[in-house]
This record gives sequence, C-alpha cells and structure tokens, in this order.
Amino acid sequence: MTNVLVCIKRVVDSSSEVVLTDDGQAVDGRFAGFTMSAHEECAVELAVQIAAATGGAATVLTLGDADATEQLRSALAVGCTAAVHIVADSQTFGPADVAREIAVVARDHDLVLLGNDAADSGDFQVGIRLAYELGRPVVNGVTNVVVEDGVAVASGAGPDGHETYRVPLPAVVTILEGGVEPRYPTVPGRMKAKKVAIEERTPSAAPAGPARVRLLLPPPAPSNVQILGKGADAAPAVVDLFEQLGVLAR
Amino acid sequence: MATVPATAEVVVIGAGIVGNSLVHHLAELGWRDIVQLDKGALPNPGGSTGHASNFIFPVDHSREITDLTLDSMRQYQEMGVFTESGGFEIARTEERMEELRRRMSSAKAWGIEAELVSPEFVKEKVPFIETDQFIGAFWTPSVGVVDSLRAGTIMRESALASGALTVVPTVEVVGLDVEDGRIRRVRTNGGDIEAEYVVIACGVWSPKIGDMAGISIPLTPAVHQMISVGPCPQLAEREGEISFPIIRDMDTFCYERQHGADMEVGSYAHRAILHEPEDIPSIEQAKLSPTEMPFTSDDFDPQLEQAYELMPELLGAEGAEMRYAINGLLSLTCDGNPILGESLVKGLWTASAVWIKEGPGVGRAVAEWMTHGHSEIDVHHSDIARFHPHQMRREHTRLRTTEAFIKTYGIIHPAEQYESDRDQRLAPMHESQKKLGAVFFETAGWERPQWYESNAGLLEEYGDAVLPREHEWDSRWWSPIINAEHLRMREAAGVIDLSAFQIFDITGPGALDTVQRTCVAQCDVAVGKVIYTPVLDPKGGFVSDLTVMRLGDDHFRVVTGGAHGRADLQWFTRQLPADGATTIADHTDEISTIGLWGPRARDILAALTPDDVSDAGFGFLSCREIQVKGTTVLASRISYVGELGWELYVAMDDAAELWETLLEAGAEHGAVPVGIGVYGTTGRIEKGYRAFGYELDAERSIVEAGMQRPKVKAADFVGREAYVAQRGAPVRSVLCTLVVDDHTSASGVKRYMLGGEPILTRDGGTLTDGHGHHPYVTTAGSAPSLGKHLLLTYLPPAEATIGNQLAVSYMEELYPVTVGSVDATALFDPDNARMR
Repeated sequence: MTNVLVCIKRVVDSSSEVVLTDDGQAVDGRFAGFTMSAHEECAVELAVQIAAATGGAATVLTLGDADATEQLRSALAVGCTAAVHIVADSQTFGPADVAREIAVVARDHDLVLLGNDAADSGDFQVGIRLAYELGRPVVNGVTNVVVEDGVAVASGAGPDGHETYRVPLPAVVTILEGGVEPRYPTVPGRMKAKKVAIEERTPSAAPAGPARVRLLLPPPAPSNVQILGKGADAAPAVVDLFEQLGVLAR
Repeated sequence: MATVPATAEVVVIGAGIVGNSLVHHLAELGWRDIVQLDKGALPNPGGSTGHASNFIFPVDHSREITDLTLDSMRQYQEMGVFTESGGFEIARTEERMEELRRRMSSAKAWGIEAELVSPEFVKEKVPFIETDQFIGAFWTPSVGVVDSLRAGTIMRESALASGALTVVPTVEVVGLDVEDGRIRRVRTNGGDIEAEYVVIACGVWSPKIGDMAGISIPLTPAVHQMISVGPCPQLAEREGEISFPIIRDMDTFCYERQHGADMEVGSYAHRAILHEPEDIPSIEQAKLSPTEMPFTSDDFDPQLEQAYELMPELLGAEGAEMRYAINGLLSLTCDGNPILGESLVKGLWTASAVWIKEGPGVGRAVAEWMTHGHSEIDVHHSDIARFHPHQMRREHTRLRTTEAFIKTYGIIHPAEQYESDRDQRLAPMHESQKKLGAVFFETAGWERPQWYESNAGLLEEYGDAVLPREHEWDSRWWSPIINAEHLRMREAAGVIDLSAFQIFDITGPGALDTVQRTCVAQCDVAVGKVIYTPVLDPKGGFVSDLTVMRLGDDHFRVVTGGAHGRADLQWFTRQLPADGATTIADHTDEISTIGLWGPRARDILAALTPDDVSDAGFGFLSCREIQVKGTTVLASRISYVGELGWELYVAMDDAAELWETLLEAGAEHGAVPVGIGVYGTTGRIEKGYRAFGYELDAERSIVEAGMQRPKVKAADFVGREAYVAQRGAPVRSVLCTLVVDDHTSASGVKRYMLGGEPILTRDGGTLTDGHGHHPYVTTAGSAPSLGKHLLLTYLPPAEATIGNQLAVSYMEELYPVTVGSVDATALFDPDNARMR
C-alpha cells in the first residue's frame, strides 16, 4: 500500500507561440490556456497506477495561486483522490522555496513524484532539493516507476542504454515524459473530482533568494525554407531528402 | 508571402462557410473577377466554421431564419455533404412542453414535418437515454449533420473551375480605403487590391475589419463550450459519422450529438463569455485554432452532470474519455439575426454573424442581392441597415448578448422585452409617462408606453368588453388596459406618443424625382398633401410602407416606423441623384410626434388653436402648420387607428408641453393617454391595416396585400414593371381578416393566439397558397370594438371568401375561425366614416 504524492505546477500551455505579460514577469496564458507540463502529466499517471497496483492512494500537490485549483481538479479527474494546495504566488517562489514547502507535506508519503522540470521556469532543481530536505534517496529523469515489495523500481533511458534503479521507500523520483500514456479524464471522473475537498495550506516561510527581473523572448528561430521544385519535377529531390532523413530506404 | 491581384470586381474577405458560399453564388450569377482572401490556410483557415458542431435543426420561430436554413439544407444535400439523423428537442418541464407545442405551430406554418412524441419514442431511437429525465420531445426527422468544411471547399472549387475566382489564403487584410463614401481598395500584407465591391464575410473578426472602413458591424465573439467524449462502445459499433438522432436537452441548454464513436456535448448554459475581436489570438498564438479558445472547465461542470444524468451508460462507459474540449468562438448579435447587406459605405457589403445552418442560404441571398438589388428570400430582419446608432456601440452588443445568451435554447415570449441597455432614447414626455404608470416597450431604442396603468380604472367601466385573457402565456407582456384604452379612444379620444417615428426630409431640385422614383403612389401632388405609399424593390416586393408629406415644391418629408426607419433612410439615400444638389436630412431626434385621434379629437384641437381644423378647412390626407397654444405644430390629418384626428409634429423641446396641453384639454372630453398596444395592434387590426414586417415584406406584393389602386402612376418607380405584371397575373394569396369563433380549449381555458400560428381547414387539413407556402397568422390581436379576437393571414385565393370556415392551430389544439373580410377590408367601420 503505497501512498504517493505527486507534485504539479500550473503553467501556460507552451504548444503555440509564447506571449509574455506586459510586465515581463510571466508567460501570458489567455490565448493558449493553462496546463501542467507533459512530464507532470506522466507523473500523475504513474502515481495513479502505483496507487491502484498497491492499494494505496495518490495525492496531488501544487504551489500556486487560486487558479491552480484547475490543475488540481484535472489530476483528481484522472484518479488522484486527495489534493493539497499551498496557496502562494509561484512566480516569487524559487526552487529552494518550493522544495521546502513540499517537504512540509511530503513527510507522510512513501513516494514523491515530480516532473523532471517545470515547463515555464525549467530549473531542474526541486526534486533533488526536496530529497535533500527530506533526507531521502532520489532518482532523476526516469520515464517509469513501479513499486515492488516496498521498493521503487525506476527506469529510463541513460547515456549508455536503459537504466533501472531500485531505491527503498520513502523516496523521491522525477519523471520525464514518454514512459506512460497519460489518460484523459472520464465524465464520472470529472464529476468526482469536482466534489473532492482540497486541503489549502499557507506557505511555511516567505520566499528567500533573488527575485526575477523580467522575462525576455529569444529572437525567432530562423526559418530555412528551400524550394525543392514544383510539381512532378520535385519528386526526385523529395525522395533524396527522405532518404537523407532516414525515413525511406532504397 | 502570398501576393494578391492588383484589381478585382469584388473582394470577398473570409473563406469560412459564408465566404465560400458567396463566391460560388456570385460566380453562378455571372460575376467574373472575384478575389477571395483569408489570413488562414485552406481548407480550414481557423474561423468558427472549423470547429462547428455542424448539425441543423430546421424549425425556428423566425420565417426568415427558417427559410435560410431550409435553403442551406437543400444546398448541402445537393453537394452530398448532408447526413440525415433526425433530432429530438426534449422537455423536462411542462412549461417546455408548451413551448414545444408552440414549436409545432412554427413547423406547420413553415411546412416542416415534425411531431410531439413520448420519452419511449425517443428511447427507441436513442437507446442510451434515460426516459425518467424528461416528459416528452419534439421530433424532427429531417434534422441532420453537414460537413461544412467540405461544402466550403466544393463551392470554392466550383467558382475556381468557372474561371471567375482567384483565391489567396494566408494574406491578412490591414486596411480598407474609402473615398467619397465608396469602397475603393483593400490593403493587405500581400499588396493592395483596387475593388468595386468588397464583402466582409469573416465571422468573429468582422467588426475589426469593419472598423477599417469606419462602419460598425455589431457582433461579438462569444464562447460556446463543447466537449467530445469517447470512444463510446454504443456508438462505435455503428458505421459512419452519425446513426443516432441528435438530442437537444432544451431545459439544460445542452445538446448531445454523435460524432463517430464520440459523443459531443455542447452547452449554452454557462455564463456569457464574450471576447473583443481584437483579443482573438493569431494563428501562431493559438493552441488549436484562433477560435478554439482554452476550455474553462469550471463553466462546464454543471452541464456535464446534467448530460451524465441523461446518458449515464454512454457517457460513463468504460474507456470513454473527454479528449477534446474547447471554448469555441461564434458570433452573436444584439437581436440574434445575421448582419447582411450593403453598409453605409457604398460597395462595402457584409455577410457576418451567420451560423452553419444558414451559411449557404445566406451566400445565395447576398449574391442575389448584390446582383439584382433583391434576394429571393426576404432577409430584411438581417439587413445591416437596421441598426440605429445606439445599436452600433460595442457596449450595446455586449450587454444584449450577455442577456440573450442563456436564451439560446430559452422559451422566449413573442412580446418579450430586453432588460439591458434600456433608456437609450427617451421621448420628451417620458417623465410624464412614468407618472402615468406607463409600461414601456422598446422600439429602435425608444421607450414607448405600451399601456398606462393610470387607465386601470377604465377596466371596471368596460367590464368584459376588454376581453380579458385567463391564460398566463396569452396575457404575458399584455394587459386588458390596452383594450380599455382602445374603447375609450373610439368613444372619446386618445393621445398617443409617436416620438419613435423616423423622420427625414428630402430637399433640392431632385426631391420630387427622388420620391417619385422611390414610391409607388403619386407624389407629384399639391403642397400640403399627405401620401401613404408602398415602397417596392425591383421584383415588386415590399421594402416599406410609409407616409410622405409634400411641404414645398422641392421639399418632402418622409415619416416611417422606428423599427425599420434606418433601412428606409438608407433606401431613400441610395435613390438620390448623384449631382449632390438634392439632399436628405434625418430629423428623427429633433421632431417629436403626438397622435390625437377619436370622435372628440376635433373638439379638443379646435379649443387649442385659432386655426381652422374643420373638415372643410383641414381635409383628410392634408398637412399644414398650425398654432397650438402658441406653439408651431405641423398637423397631418391621417390615421393608423381608423379615427378622426391628426399626427402633430412638434420640435422636441416643445413636445412635453404640447403633450400636457393635449392631455389637459382632452380630459374634459374623456380623452386619455393611449399606448402602442392600441396603435400597433388593436386599432389597426380592426381596420385591417397592414404593418411592415408582419403583413408586408419582400415576399408579398401590393396585389396580395389588397393595396392596389385603380391606376398605376405614369412616372417610373422602382418595382413598377414587376408591379404592373403582378396586377395582370393570377393572385397567389389574399390577405384576409379571420374572426376566432370559439376560444375554448380542451381544458376549458379560453386561449388567445398571439401570431405565427398555422391556419388549417376546419378539420385540421393543410392549406397551400400559390407560392407553395402555408398560411400563418401574421398579426393576432383583440378587436375590442367588435368584441372579437382577430387574425390577419394570407390565404390561398380559393379560400379567401367571406364566411369560409377554417381553423387555427394554437398549442396543438384547433380553434374554429371564419373569414371576416378579404383584401384586408376593415371589419370595423368599413366605409371609413369615422375618419371624416
């Protein structure tokens, strides 16, 4: 029976052109909407699978403003059964602050899953800092986790091939997308999610460390368009290109 | 980047269902140099067409919308992109069942097969529905789904194949150049196009494009939420896109529409979520497409629950997930109708705020209108010229659509009034009217007293002669005081505020020519004469009916109803000679009008003026300035209520005083203030007077309306040729007044029709006129002086005989009616003795 805590962050959907807010402090989500990162979606899926396989429970946690309940409900709709909301402005909380706040809640959980990195700030730090705070083992950047006999088996691609780690619980694991297919919510799932009472918490301490100055967009990536030809005359060039890309064998 | 041709006869902006349909029909009608632009890529450039749910329910209470929908369905069928699925509108409450019975009236009136059925009937066709959730349904077998993107492609390609069209996608319009009131050029990021005509057909972006030419296209992008749930095993086992009828869950404002193995659930139940056209993301910024905005799940959750209650086994099926959810943008307008026609800028047309169900029909109608000056289907309710300045504000659209959104599937009474953005235009006597307990209805932004609570005391006096109505629906937005005011006017006199009249003057050397060319009646009359005249389009259909006063050799004043006044103003403006010497000036906001009618009207006026108002000195259909207690008033002896009296035109600043003077002087003669309930309905229906938009529209002729005079004037006028031909041809329908013989329903409650009901044979058989249309009630109302409830309708000529016994269907019950008069001869005072 493994009690899993899965940590997510409300971020702007990044699948379209990035738009910044006027003050440069955040990414503007009014066109693209808000979501959690793909890594976190996979972490939620794994949390739900582990809870189901071990007869445990999956709790979802976020640190964010009031709107972040939307992402908590999304996780509840796909199988998490409890939610913790640390109500704070996530823009002012650095990775050390976030790790500290999660640690307050995570001590009661056997396994903490996080996304490998947040889609907006991309710090890659919260997982390792959290493990340090808790004094627990940590595995970073794996694509799959199962729990077997009280041991977390985490696996993923490494520089030299497929790597598998066995770590005793309690432990912290950060997840890369690609190992599991996150499920979509069902109608009954969504309705159930609506009824779950979310535990609201205030941060244990004020954020420390340097604050953000502003965000800047990188210059647009140069687009290199090469006209291969027109009509049927272009066919040999297209075939050559396919071969070059390795999608066609001659 | 794409480049555009340097010139075009017509540029169509937009490649959604409307733009594509338009280029097709323009090409069919012989246009040969059409350029179509869209900022998106084809075939789905990212507008509302791309995410539409694509289903069509043909029955609407509006004839215009129904006709456009039926024409669109026919076109979709011809293109092979229509799949008939059938559709149910289900009722969870008795109030909704009554609305569905009213829907049956519209179905019969428009000739669409429909039936009221039991939950079990629904279950047979939709086995996964829970019958304990609803009590009945309205079944329309001809409901279906279309592939609107494919239809657009087919139509665009047909225009391309004819050589008439150049299509340039991925090019954005950045400006419209207007010179001397005429469109000249479309500026794009791919170059400029000199164009004679430009059509804005770009849906939710239209207001932004309109602004570039300084015209208002008052629509707002609004969110319609939709999710897709699947795969559902119950759906997956059937082949094809749709094999189960569509469900409209009217009381929860939701629909459930099969799409392959998925069930789409759409909602109109959430709060109105409006956007500004400028705030729609660009194609690059959008996650899906610009009009598929991020889903806000909190708004949808209540609907999800209701949908689940209705179809728990389907929506809760193993493996059925919510894979797609959007806040889809569509266009809404302040009155729910599309925005079509030529704008105030010559050559700049609009075809906006159109849904999938009307798209191809609108394309055809606008193409015909651009080509011939009229369309086969009368679309005057959608004419962009209908908007008054207060309606051109974005704020007005925002407030009205916020109020109306929740009514998308709502039960809307035919007389229902909006609550938002009222008090836009107040008559000078408004304060006095409030003190008199006026109940205000709105016309063209004007607050008009429908009746006065101060007249409630008359109810006792007249007793049952006020024809009280016992059923709540029949008496909603109505009061027996209207009928009491009517009786008092006929007995003594009534004073009526008519400030909402649209009034404009035509002056200059071409003034006579202009009115002669525009009006059917002879306008070359002596100065001081008043002319009542139809105005026709080139095919002989009604554009308007109005009065013209000749105030000088080169000076005519046109007076017309407020509701349609702006369109009339634009129509006359288009008839002015090009030399600029003759001008048109709108005086609506400077002149108030007060009507004084009744047998004592002359006594009342005579006591207030030194001028001669005797019949000999001030004949019927004449007008002249008189002094009323020191105020100069233009008096016009005419009547829309069939009584002796005058319309008194007075400067706005003097109107409040004149109003008080008339009420005061009238009181001793028994005169009372009388509301529009009398002026607009009871007074005119007894006299068989027709009203534009009810009896008169572009699909009716002077002959059918019984308004032909012995001679046709020699001078040429718009529609003359068609009118002369109509006079010589067999008539296709005849306007008649029907008397309801018995109001008693099966339950014993007396019921009173409100308009729109089908007229049938006595035993319920269908009637069909020479147009192939079925007769329906164009106006219904009390005739207190006759003690009857009257219905105006166009009957097939063979049925138009006095004494003919027919029936009217109201809420699915038949009531006996008898033809009381034909050719709209007055049932009350047929010799017009009272007006003299």
